[in-house]
Amino acid sequence: MWQLLKIELFKIFRKPRTFISFGAIAAIILIIQLGLKFDGKSYVELMMGDISDSFEIPYAMVLNGYFVAFVILNAILIHVPLLVALVAGDSIAGEANMGTLRLVMTKPVSRTGLMLVKYFASVIYTVLLLLWMALLALLLSIFFFGTNDTIIPRNDVIEQIQKADTLWRYIAAFAFASVALSTVAALAFLLSVFAENSIGPIVATMSIVIVLTILSELKIPMYDNTVKPYLFTSHMLGWKGFFYSRIGPDHMVIPGSIENLPAILRSLGILLGYIVMFVTTAILVFRKKDILS
Amino acid sequence: MIKQISAVFIFSLFTFMSFAQEASSLVQKARAKIEQVNSYEADGTMKTNVNFLKVPEAKVKIYFKKPDKLKIKNENGISLVPKSILGIGLNNLLTGNFTVLDAGSDILNNIKVKIVKLIPVDENSPVVLSTAYIDPVHLVILKAKITTKENGTYEIEMSYGKYVDYALPDKITCTFNIKDYKLPKGVTLDYDDGSKKISDQKLQDTKGRVEIFYASYAVNKNIPDTVF
Repeated sequence: MWQLLKIELFKIFRKPRTFISFGAIAAIILIIQLGLKFDGKSYVELMMGDISDSFEIPYAMVLNGYFVAFVILNAILIHVPLLVALVAGDSIAGEANMGTLRLVMTKPVSRTGLMLVKYFASVIYTVLLLLWMALLALLLSIFFFGTNDTIIPRNDVIEQIQKADTLWRYIAAFAFASVALSTVAALAFLLSVFAENSIGPIVATMSIVIVLTILSELKIPMYDNTVKPYLFTSHMLGWKGFFYSRIGPDHMVIPGSIENLPAILRSLGILLGYIVMFVTTAILVFRKKDILS
Repeated sequence: MIKQISAVFIFSLFTFMSFAQEASSLVQKARAKIEQVNSYEADGTMKTNVNFLKVPEAKVKIYFKKPDKLKIKNENGISLVPKSILGIGLNNLLTGNFTVLDAGSDILNNIKVKIVKLIPVDENSPVVLSTAYIDPVHLVILKAKITTKENGTYEIEMSYGKYVDYALPDKITCTFNIKDYKLPKGVTLDYDDGSKKISDQKLQDTKGRVEIFYASYAVNKNIPDTVF
């Protein structure tokens, strides 16, 4: 199995387009960092809204590496599914398109084993992409902007997290994001089983993610309790939950606390459930599939 | 009859003038006490209670230097300090030229206080009217209501301890008006974790409160201007 996994990873990283994702992420992160380095105050002013009328805001301190990293993740994590779909959607359909799938199946490997290895390889790619993002968004931002307390602007509340209380939240958020993106990888992987060309599953995955994300964010009461709780896209933003703190009776933030950990764990469970469902369906379909290419 | 009316009028006038003089004298004494302090550096903790802010308790250093420099610094992080505290510090509440009006007496936290209204003489003053509740025994302000031209009305309450001789409080509570905070639409997507939103619970709360607990003061210490 290990040998098979190494072969699958070799196949993924042999393709130049795999590195488009890493290049795209590096480019967008550097562009955001550059913009904030030279005109970060305007951005912070926008984020803080009217409260600068009532409060003295130390803009230079707010604009620190942790804040910049959050801005970057907030801006790009919603688009990363496209980059994940590029690889996961190609895993079966790409081989079918090149005509190598039948050749692979002549090897003494079970179809289930092959599918699990292929999915696992996609997950490794996803995790590496996130590690790359963490390296650039977090470490590079800390290098350029230093560290301080993190100010998290939400729709109607501003959260402040103490500097010493921040790093573990990022680690937890990246771990959660890797599960969320692995769900997208599982969806692309499932769709890949039905196609003979990788474009189809990639575009289909993106279309599904876009439609469901819009549905998740729509403020239509009819969908709030009926549809939204069951969409995986509603739970993909769960990584942000690690940056929301609980407050005590005196309205002070409790350091090290999470506003609603059970909700995050529920979201995590739902995402893992989707992964199991997508991968299992993909395996079942693939096991009965006539491989003609 | 005219003589009697004149006598009552003159008596009333003298009574009023004597009260005004008494109030003015009290303000002068309180001011003299405050003016002993040319500068200070204090350690303390700050608690902010504003419906749209979720911030931790902050360890702060407070710097003051005459005539009106005040800085609150969080040595370990960020503190969002209400402008009302910084704009019109307590130390310059009784400075400047103003007309003093006696507004009677009251009991505040079991302490008999004298109420005085201060109307700035300077038309360009940011303050329209201040009402100070002065403890005539210790010659310190226990409470002040300040109406400003731009930032509405806010209230400051103070309690004193071992630095009462310098008119420096152990605790200040500042209550001020706040506006709602709303992030521009589309800037971020919130994770809806199902928690009851603070704004739902305290939507009607248009007042914010900041409490500063002073642990220690270094009075009349040389503080460089660069601190401010």
